[in-house]
Amino acid sequence: MTATKESLFDFLLHLGDNALVLGHRLGEWCGHGPVLEQDIAMTNIALDLIGQSRNYLDYAGALEGKGRDEDVLAYRRDVLDFKNFLIVEQPNGNFASTIARQFYFDAWHLLVLQQLSESKDERLRDIALKSVKEVTYHHRWSSEWVIRLGDGTEESHDKMQHAIDDFWMFTGEMFEQSEDEAELQKDGMIYDAPAVKERWMAEVKRVLDEAGLKMPEAEWMQSGGKTGFHSEHLGFILAEMQFLQRAYPDAEW
Amino acid sequence: MVGEQTSLETKAWDVLDKVEDPEIPVISIVDLGIVRSVKDIEGHLHVDITPTYSGCPATQVIEDSVNDALHHAKMEPFTVKTVLSPAWSTAMISDSGRSKLEAYGIAPPADESSDKLALMGEERQIKCPNCGSHDTKMVSQFGSTPCKAHFKCNDCLEPFDYFKCL
Repeated sequence: MTATKESLFDFLLHLGDNALVLGHRLGEWCGHGPVLEQDIAMTNIALDLIGQSRNYLDYAGALEGKGRDEDVLAYRRDVLDFKNFLIVEQPNGNFASTIARQFYFDAWHLLVLQQLSESKDERLRDIALKSVKEVTYHHRWSSEWVIRLGDGTEESHDKMQHAIDDFWMFTGEMFEQSEDEAELQKDGMIYDAPAVKERWMAEVKRVLDEAGLKMPEAEWMQSGGKTGFHSEHLGFILAEMQFLQRAYPDAEW
Repeated sequence: MVGEQTSLETKAWDVLDKVEDPEIPVISIVDLGIVRSVKDIEGHLHVDITPTYSGCPATQVIEDSVNDALHHAKMEPFTVKTVLSPAWSTAMISDSGRSKLEAYGIAPPADESSDKLALMGEERQIKCPNCGSHDTKMVSQFGSTPCKAHFKCNDCLEPFDYFKCL
């Protein structure tokens, strides 16, 4: 692969892994949601994300040209090869934790997809144009819940504030840009990280203000997901997600 | 559609128009706008289909049904391909598709002007497919399938699905 192809391959894995791991986490709510409608909402969002992940991993496999398809990339890579953000692999916790994680991610995801919808890479642009419509619904859902819980009872407000504070340290990583990504951005293929950060901060503040919640101020941030340094949680997710393909390679329905 | 259809293309459209959506069996995949193009290239049929939502589990079933239908109609040689671009939108649902949805009890997607209102965060007015009342309320923007939202009618009190705009 050329250097550009290799950078794009890594970037596609990063987007695909974010969607896959978060989709898996949301899927864990299936049958456990606080009310039926929200159980369905979370699994619907999970389904969208897993579908988007297939599109990215399928493209990554084609770009690599070594015969690895979406399933091989999803089920036969280990923790160190996953490039998702740390935030998406964090446990569901209570409903407010799931909402805080989703809200931070959706706000980033929507802004990034809007920019990728103008990517000079045609296939990436097509995937983004498809996904951006779905993620608009995700973002609306998670923002509404932040507001509803923040502006709700004393207990829901406290839980929401707690979750917003807890997940804050995982948001810094979303705006780090590797040298390879900077090159891709120069070529008009991917998004402009500083611009996304500025708009993300404004959007998060807008929603938190409306929810009567305080914007976290801590500056220390976790980092490492994109380069394969994960929290202890990812291994457990993969153990569950990849079990069947590890135990019975190439098993099919 | 640009230009004249070959007889092979016309026949293929007829065949595809009889393939039902697996989740909404009253509407064909042509009405739903899932079949994007049918091209006869020197006797070889190329059919492009597009998923409604990225993760819609029906996509695979639809692709299989298209292959089956074309095979039963002896349309070989043919190739069925899934394309993402242009991204499917509810505007691709035909008028007959919209009325079939409504008759089946699923409120069809609202028109574009109400789409724009919704994008700006305003409530859109959805007509109840059971009693025709506009006094309806969204219960959840996520419903029984990825493409639907869950509504309820304040007049007849029936719950119903709304095929949400995308």
